[in-house]
Amino acid sequence: MNIDNIKKEFPIFNNKVQNNDLVYLDSANSSQKPQLVVDRIYDFYTKEFSNVGRSVHYLAVAATNLYENTRVLVQQYINAKDKNEIVFTKGATEAINLVANTFGQKFLSKGDEILLTELEHHSNYVPWHYLRQSKGVNIRFAEINENGDVTIESIEKNITKKTKIIAITHLSNVTGAILPIKEIIDLAHSKNIPVLIDGCQGAPHLKLDMQELDCDFYAISCHKMYGPTGLGILYAKKKWLEELPPYQGGGGMIREVKKEGITYGDLPNKFEAGTMATAQVIAFGESIKFLNKIGIKNIEKHEKNLTMYGEEVLRKNNSVKLIGNPKNKGSVLSFTLDGVHAHDIATILDEDGVAIRAGHHCCQILHDKLGLSATARASLGVYNVKEDLDKLNESLKKCIKIFNG
Amino acid sequence: MNLKELYQEIILDHGKNPRNLRKTDNFNKDAKGHNPLCGDKVHVYLKLDENKKVEDISFEGEGCAISMASASIMTDLVKGKDEKDVKEIVSDFLQMIKEKDEIQTNLLKEDEKTKLMCLSGVKQFPMRVKCATLSWHTLTSAIDRSQNEINTENMDL
Ligand SMILES: Cc1ncc(COP(=O)(O)O)c(C=O)c1O
Repeated sequence: MNIDNIKKEFPIFNNKVQNNDLVYLDSANSSQKPQLVVDRIYDFYTKEFSNVGRSVHYLAVAATNLYENTRVLVQQYINAKDKNEIVFTKGATEAINLVANTFGQKFLSKGDEILLTELEHHSNYVPWHYLRQSKGVNIRFAEINENGDVTIESIEKNITKKTKIIAITHLSNVTGAILPIKEIIDLAHSKNIPVLIDGCQGAPHLKLDMQELDCDFYAISCHKMYGPTGLGILYAKKKWLEELPPYQGGGGMIREVKKEGITYGDLPNKFEAGTMATAQVIAFGESIKFLNKIGIKNIEKHEKNLTMYGEEVLRKNNSVKLIGNPKNKGSVLSFTLDGVHAHDIATILDEDGVAIRAGHHCCQILHDKLGLSATARASLGVYNVKEDLDKLNESLKKCIKIFNG
Repeated sequence: MNLKELYQEIILDHGKNPRNLRKTDNFNKDAKGHNPLCGDKVHVYLKLDENKKVEDISFEGEGCAISMASASIMTDLVKGKDEKDVKEIVSDFLQMIKEKDEIQTNLLKEDEKTKLMCLSGVKQFPMRVKCATLSWHTLTSAIDRSQNEINTENMDL
């Protein structure tokens, strides 16, 4: 599959959006879906539907196999050691909540510290915040530098004897900073501290290798990865999944249920209570195959080139101020425009079919630090081309004209 | 959708140079408003005289052109009105933004109504309606002191 021609795999681009060709620059929020993924959901419901893991009839067995096939595809995609280290959740948010809740319950007590960074999405802060209330833990935030980067030094400075877990983003959804996670994990492990990576923005764009990375937990959002909504993945080392208590209780996660007591199922069922997002899991298998067909190395290269081009184009526009200039940058371009608020930018761009995001992008801590109440953000995916960034720039000029005459 | 209707000259002018963007000395009522989705913030200050007439009104805050213009126009229009009339104007404005085509109250002069109608363009931009209504809800809350902080996520429009 040739990446330069990939737009045609995405049916959304066949239709006009309010009479415009769609220039979709909001993939960090959620990506568009290839036809194959959409078709897979339709086919499953029309020809193959059954609940998984429960009944013994033909369709149930087939559905269970399809569901488990995706687990193996994910395992291979991220090079996890064991397929049972892959837990399906309703999103990255639930994956992080699962870890915060169960790890907190079992291992944290008053005065313990959790280390986050100022770059974190609310999904990687709020779940930990609960533990302040329930367990009396303290949260520290590793600071960003003037480039919107979090360095290993900033992490090291904030590790204390009380640090019990480090939870950090792989790639900032605002500044685009790619954190030195391998170094951070090695440092943390040298002090016996486990690390959770919020991989929402990493997984769709960067090559992943859980065994090489050696992280303890890695959270993935499938809807940002050309997959369906309502699905996320928690990768966790087997030893953690064995040690942590179950998160939610219900059907499918138990071994034996008696009036006197309950025993829990094997991995990964222990963490997959109730009927799961079956169709989504099965369709996500197609997303992984799609990514494999293009090749993650090609994706990285394509998006790197586009990001550099976008920066170049925006830098030439004197009214644009790019947010963050990290050493390693993913395909996120956040900016402000002199004299025009981010929400007005988004509305004006929208009229030209240019879809961006405006606001704090679920990162209030970061925006407070930057002293900005809102920024505009253009974020890229496999289907974007240089013309999309030219269109963005043209529309930004229109904003300036409307506002500053 | 029509951008020209949304970003009319009056809106751009009030957005860029908001009137009454300051803090009233000796205010006797105030309230804060916040739209967590986009980060818009507003703090409305009121000074009512002994007859409950608005002697002064001002606001502080930051936000998009629509929210700043809306707050600016609002403060201009309600100055000098008594509390009861302010409430009628607020309610008329909110209805106009939601469903009605016109401003109906007799409490405003024709040119004042025209000014308010400039904000009616947001109807075509559902995601932006809250930008236009935030300061108005905050004004109501300042008068009623019903809520310390208005949060656009907990109300209809
Ligand atoms: C960095 C980051 N973390 C977490 C999330 C939440 O992911 P999900 O939508 O899968 O719950 C997002 C997406 O909004 C994100 O960008």
